[in-house]
Amino acid sequence: MTSGAGGSVTAGRVRPPRLDVDGLIDDRRTRIIVCCGAGGVGKTTTAAAVGLRAAERGRHVVVLTVDPARRLAQSMGLTWLDNIPRPVPLGERAGPGTLHAMMLDMKRTFDEIVETHADPDRAAQILANPFYQSVSSSFSGTQEYMAMEKLGQLHRAGEWDLIVVDTPPSRSALDFLDAPQRLSRFLDGRLLRLLTAPAKMGGRAYLRLLNAGVGVVTGMLTKVLGAQVLRDAQTFVSALDTMFGGFRERADYTYRLLRAHGTAFLVIAVPEGDALREASYFVERLDSEGMPLAGLILNRVHQSPAAHLSAARSLAAAETLATAGPAGEAPAAARGAGPHDLAVAALRLHAERMQQAAAERRLAEHFTAAHPLVPVAEVPAQPDDVHDLAGLRAIGRWFGQEEGSRQPA
Amino acid sequence: MTRRDTDWDGVRLHVVTGKGGTGKTTVAAALALALATDGRRVLLVEVEGRQGIAQLFDCPPLPYAERRVAVAPATPDQPGGDVYALAADPESALIEYLEMFYGLRHAGSALTRFGVLDFATTIAPGLRDVLLTGKAAEAVRRKEGGRRVYDAVVLDAPPTGRIARFLNVSAEVSGLARVGPIRGHADMVQRVIRSPETAVHFVTVLEEMPVQETLDGIAELRDLSEPAGSQAAGHGAIAAHGSPYRPGSPGSGDGGRAHPAGGFQVGGIMINMVRPAALAGEQLRAAARGQVDEDDLALSLKAAGLDDSRRLAADLATELAEHATAASAAQGRRRRLARTGRPCYDLPLIADGIDLAGLYRLAAALRDQAAA
Repeated sequence: MTSGAGGSVTAGRVRPPRLDVDGLIDDRRTRIIVCCGAGGVGKTTTAAAVGLRAAERGRHVVVLTVDPARRLAQSMGLTWLDNIPRPVPLGERAGPGTLHAMMLDMKRTFDEIVETHADPDRAAQILANPFYQSVSSSFSGTQEYMAMEKLGQLHRAGEWDLIVVDTPPSRSALDFLDAPQRLSRFLDGRLLRLLTAPAKMGGRAYLRLLNAGVGVVTGMLTKVLGAQVLRDAQTFVSALDTMFGGFRERADYTYRLLRAHGTAFLVIAVPEGDALREASYFVERLDSEGMPLAGLILNRVHQSPAAHLSAARSLAAAETLATAGPAGEAPAAARGAGPHDLAVAALRLHAERMQQAAAERRLAEHFTAAHPLVPVAEVPAQPDDVHDLAGLRAIGRWFGQEEGSRQPA
Repeated sequence: MTRRDTDWDGVRLHVVTGKGGTGKTTVAAALALALATDGRRVLLVEVEGRQGIAQLFDCPPLPYAERRVAVAPATPDQPGGDVYALAADPESALIEYLEMFYGLRHAGSALTRFGVLDFATTIAPGLRDVLLTGKAAEAVRRKEGGRRVYDAVVLDAPPTGRIARFLNVSAEVSGLARVGPIRGHADMVQRVIRSPETAVHFVTVLEEMPVQETLDGIAELRDLSEPAGSQAAGHGAIAAHGSPYRPGSPGSGDGGRAHPAGGFQVGGIMINMVRPAALAGEQLRAAARGQVDEDDLALSLKAAGLDDSRRLAADLATELAEHATAASAAQGRRRRLARTGRPCYDLPLIADGIDLAGLYRLAAALRDQAAA
């Protein structure tokens, strides 16, 4: 295999191409960056770090997050994020670029759509409907759809030249891709048309049109849900149908936006089995949807400044020192009072770190073996949480060009 | 048959939640194994369609049927038991529910044809949750020949961020259905979940976000447990993200057995992937401040015959300091968890991935700490 566009293999090691995040954010044609991946891999922090780095390199950026973590807001010098993009003070580094940040409030976003697209009376009626309340504040599906809706709104607003979006912590990282289409499917569904039929035709007229199969289903629904529930559902659904005629068009618009030039996906993972499996699924899925993947950011990679000292030699040295202590000390006790305790602890810790780094490397290599063309940038594990702009900048330096993102060979 | 006391005697439904990446499914499986002793029979239920249990127990994907997946090994003082597993999905649960309670046979194909489930999950996610929690509640109550079929049921529940909504099915459904059969079913499920026979355990690791989510999740469940809270339930009560933890809420601090009628019982906090600290006490605190005696370290390294001991000492000192910073931050988080008044159980980090042997180790750790 040649190096260059693809990965390279040296001494049995699979090397992925290096992900050039700076190249991505410096390219003015990049308008949307979507960060996706399993839950708990640092998506939100990565999105914020990408946004900050882009802003400090001169872009006008808005970061759309779905994660209500207060610490992230605080790390950007804001007390709280809400549904409106807020300017992030960049301090003395402020250059020509700007950074805004916001947190998706899905209920608020949904309410706004209703208020914009219906007259006041009808809007009030819809907002009070129990099904509307359930749908608009539930966590399954709506959040993904509203995130996409918000993305579309920000894009249409045209105030920013780069939108960095963090995807919802779904059951599966793939859910948000499916959200717009699920909505389309839903609006086209036979059951929906069945339920809206009475509102459209009025009274009992529609009953005559029902065939036996439909009768079975409505009968079943009435039996299980009760007539009142069915009526509420019908009211809500017909409101959706008449008012949200544009819903499907907008869902399709957002879906096309995700496939357009200028959109880039960053898959975020940590070097653990589940997270990388999820990343693999995602890479395959993006490929089959024709969505542009920029690469993988691997967070929380363990590295060592003393990588030349192997785990085995480190452990052997620790054993030597532990048994060299005064007689009577239990050698295994790292907290005993032997003369070399500190070194024994340091060597064992180092061995553990080297073992962990090796295990992580194997997992990363599995990923690259399966996806040799996917560029990768690594961010080392941070000893503490990111709690200010300096911390976000430090992360940005890792996937930017300033520091090599790979361990020394 | 004698059995030693555990912290959760009398609990028959163990709901296990946790932030993604904390090992929720693994801990749920270990808990099921730990509970399956003395010839007991335990059912492990997953509801998120991930087939995580099959992966853990290294068996083919689970159908919507209860299969025996593991035998808890006998120990010298206790005979073993059986763990059954079920992958519950709302569609199958709905079909089963219709057949069981309404005698509606062959309902399945019609429901699928009309996209009823798609509809239900889109328009009323609460209904979906009722079906899933309902399946667990049904297994808890099921009897054959006058005897309970399962001694305990462990529910691998949705993540911490969704757990309050998932369990608060009656409020979810009551907003939609004030009367009617589905409401009756939801109320039955709610009685089981809000009884002293059910405990909600939280799995976390000692990192900031999972710990904060655990504290928020516990606070949410406690809010929903207060009489005023459950009256005003519905959606507003749940939307309060990051509501501050309030010490001394009802049901806290006494082992969790005395909680007001209708309250959720917050169970234990399972602290997963605990690694022993390399340093302790003053040494740890000093290292966290970046004070590592490099000269001392270099002398020892030289004594061990390692080359370039000065530079190596500086590098290892950096590693020690990073480790100590992380370890003292973890200690602080552990104190915050302890302030909830809930028992905390430590589960060791299993290096090289979880296999069946790893699950048994975790189960043994849970039993040693009287979590099961």
